[in-house]
Amino acid sequence: MYVYDDFDRTLVEERVHEFRDQVARRLSGELTEEEFKPLRLMNGVYLQLHAYMLRIAIPYGTLSSDQLRTLAHVARRYDRNYGHFTTRQNIQFNWIKLKELPDAMADLARAGLHGMQTSGNCVRNITTDQWAGVAPDEIEDPRIWAELLRQHLTLHPEFSFLPRKFKVALTASAHDRAAVKVHDIGLRMHRNGAGETGFEVIVGGGLGRTPFIGKTIKPFLPRRDLLSYVEAIMRTYNQYGRRDNIYKARMKILVHELGAEKFAHDVEEEWQSIKDGPLALDPAVVADIAARFRYPQYELLADNPPELARAREDKRFRLWLDNSVANHKVTGHAIVTLSLKPEGGPPGDATAAQMDAIADIADRYSHGEIRVGHEQNLALPHVAQRDLPALWRALDGIGVATPNVNLISDIIACPGLDYCSLANARSIPVAEEITRRFHDLDRTRNLGPLHINISGCINACGHHHIGHIGILGVEKNGEEYYQVTIGGRADERAELGTVLGPAVPYAEIADVVEGIAAAYLELRARPEELFIDTVRRVGVDPFRERVYAAR
Amino acid sequence: MTSPLQQKLKVTGPVVITANRLGDGAVVYRAADGTWTKALAAAAVVTTTPAALELLRAALSDKLAVVDAYVAPVELTPQQRVLPGNLRERIRCSGPTIALPGQG
Repeated sequence: MYVYDDFDRTLVEERVHEFRDQVARRLSGELTEEEFKPLRLMNGVYLQLHAYMLRIAIPYGTLSSDQLRTLAHVARRYDRNYGHFTTRQNIQFNWIKLKELPDAMADLARAGLHGMQTSGNCVRNITTDQWAGVAPDEIEDPRIWAELLRQHLTLHPEFSFLPRKFKVALTASAHDRAAVKVHDIGLRMHRNGAGETGFEVIVGGGLGRTPFIGKTIKPFLPRRDLLSYVEAIMRTYNQYGRRDNIYKARMKILVHELGAEKFAHDVEEEWQSIKDGPLALDPAVVADIAARFRYPQYELLADNPPELARAREDKRFRLWLDNSVANHKVTGHAIVTLSLKPEGGPPGDATAAQMDAIADIADRYSHGEIRVGHEQNLALPHVAQRDLPALWRALDGIGVATPNVNLISDIIACPGLDYCSLANARSIPVAEEITRRFHDLDRTRNLGPLHINISGCINACGHHHIGHIGILGVEKNGEEYYQVTIGGRADERAELGTVLGPAVPYAEIADVVEGIAAAYLELRARPEELFIDTVRRVGVDPFRERVYAAR
Repeated sequence: MTSPLQQKLKVTGPVVITANRLGDGAVVYRAADGTWTKALAAAAVVTTTPAALELLRAALSDKLAVVDAYVAPVELTPQQRVLPGNLRERIRCSGPTIALPGQG
């Protein structure tokens, strides 16, 4: 966990007072909607189809059990008993009343939670690997650097009115679980020949209506230069990014239009003028932040305790263990993913009762810590392997032990037209129907890792371009249609998917997904060849022929 | 943002004025007496561009009760029942099409 100091607490509390006053002035008519809207957006408050929506940041995906209990309390007291975890390590409440928002924010602030920089044209919540600090393949804990950037960029006056929103993600593992290549700035930690750690800087990635995979403009940036280099990128964007056309305002368009080389050149020029100034990082500052990340006192335990071997005799436990439990950097421990993708349920939603129960379970089995991943699942980062059987029973009892992590029913989906005022088509019922079609675990496991991403409009909150199977909802003559792509991926080999064929109506989209799954089983060279590798090897055409032949 | 009054409006069928209520964001419709109602059945239905513009102008001048007023299509059944005119409006009128978690 990260321990906030008085400065952070005061900042969040002052924001609550300020917002309470703004809401009162809006309700009295002193502020017009035109005046109030940018103020509410600075606090993560949107107006959706049926109600206000409050988006709360979960910086680098780390939550304490007390924070999760606070989220449960907000869901229960101010909303409708549930919340929705998003693809950017945020949580959204869908039914908040404007007049109750200041009280909800005050309750959140007491737990160190807020909605600052979860909307508007500023640097959004900085995201990272949900396994940060515990992943065995990690170079170092990336949250230290995420927190450093958060402190520097939160309410930074120069970057509070950017041409458009700005997203930063970082990872310190060889396997990218944070989708850094589809962010405005993606940072990957590497170790150089001298054993020093630094950052590969990737810029201009993003999805939405004009998707791009980011380009590396700095293969290795020393740690001391992180703030100055990021600042140089943002200054370059702030100066040259387009403010005249919202569709061309993201940094990815600037990088694309200038070309990565010219963009890198301009950044370099700016950077040279500031790199040895006050932004050069003092190791003491970094050490101070690092010291605020508290790790549990792990017990000295051996891997594979006898309790596990006995419990494995239960097939249901074994399936879950093989699917949802990952190796930990400390022996005798494990990282456990909690699937928020039940059969027939909305992806990423958790009820207040589940949140409370998970908080209690985290206190008992994970040193009071919970993680939130961009795949819209939760994780418990510090579980002793000997506790896994008891933990599984507890998680199974509250419906978050479906052993479908990374399988076809572990769907990423935006809220879509059921909630969102921007959407053209529904996402959630499509996801729910697909999970019903693939409820048979043997069939699902036979398909292997396979990610479906669904967005209800071109803004791509469901990251459909980088789904192994991507589904984009569109409207045609007043009807919902869905365009399907295959071959996208979000990891260190990120790629955009290719369109499979003409869009299909709502009633047929689950059939198309079943058709793609059947085509894969027919086309794969051997059972171990993953879906994404089969697509890469054979291309899209054989899938198209099989899926559309029957149509 | 362009005011809805400045946007080109061409009414070719029955329409109502809808908005979200300021205090809680609830979907509401403009009634003939100038109040806002949650019941689509109680909304004022008009069928011409001038009539829609007049209703919209009145709705937009009410800056305290609602947010984002606009003209939305409706359908009239042979029995003159008012139904939402497209999927988005159906969902606004009836709520999400899915079972909400944590209810009951």
